[in-house]
Amino acid sequence: MGLQAIAFYIMSAVTLGSALMVVSARNPVHSVLFLILSFFSAAGLFVLLGAEFLAMLLVVVYVGAVAVLFLFVVMMLDVDFGSLRQGFARYLPFGGVVAALLLIEMVLVSGAIAERGAVAHATNTLPEGISNVEAIGRVLYTDYVYFFQAAGMVLLVAMIGAITLTLRHRPGVKKQDIAAQVARTPAKGMAVVQVETGKGISE
Amino acid sequence: MSPDIGLSHYLAVAAILFTIGVFGIFVNRRNVIVILMSIELILLAVNINLVAFSMFLHDVAGQIFAMFVLTVAAAEAAVGLAILVTFFRNRGDIAVDDASMMKG
Repeated sequence: MGLQAIAFYIMSAVTLGSALMVVSARNPVHSVLFLILSFFSAAGLFVLLGAEFLAMLLVVVYVGAVAVLFLFVVMMLDVDFGSLRQGFARYLPFGGVVAALLLIEMVLVSGAIAERGAVAHATNTLPEGISNVEAIGRVLYTDYVYFFQAAGMVLLVAMIGAITLTLRHRPGVKKQDIAAQVARTPAKGMAVVQVETGKGISE
Repeated sequence: MSPDIGLSHYLAVAAILFTIGVFGIFVNRRNVIVILMSIELILLAVNINLVAFSMFLHDVAGQIFAMFVLTVAAAEAAVGLAILVTFFRNRGDIAVDDASMMKG
């Protein structure tokens, strides 16, 4: 067995094992950490395939951004996670049956595709002598440039949506309001009162 | 690429990962955070499929598509978690199986 085969089996075993721990861990913080491990070893699988750019993107985007976002939310929310596991045993048989059927179907189809589908007589060749990053760049900024822009718009809309959803104005928070400060005039900001002797002044 | 690890190996890994994601949605029906993580696992399985086919068909378009899937997954996670935070603020709980505010 070659070194690449050993690496493939180790990394796919880690990916699948930690993915199983994601869905079955009792503590959601552990789930997120196993999710990070799963993404990391999936990035290893990408490197093994020769897609170095996608592997680095997976580490940066998923591990660096998405998983950390999950970690923030899980740690920020004060939820009794024990009560959320009710029904785990009840749905286990049904989920197991559905998952087993799905797996059998997909393995059969993908086995057939891998042996007799389009892959068996693939004709086009990757351009020689350029790296994976350069190959992606040559296609991404020419043939797929509008899709690239659209992906940027998707991210922009998601960002605006996330901000709009989570922004809230709580009453009673002391904050500087520059517009109100600028609009203030001496007439509004100052009052001349006649204080009667011996009585003082109160708000 | 070693000859003994073929396309079918990668497709099998992706199929198992997809199945684990679907299974996670079934068994964690109350915990919306784990449901979101299961969706991320499903999208990762899709990405493995796309990249594997891209490399074995010698066509870089699959990797471009995987990149767009990655983009959508990141956007989906951000919006999903924002909805989750708002939901938690309104109800003080994230049990989604008895969320029926939108029911007519």
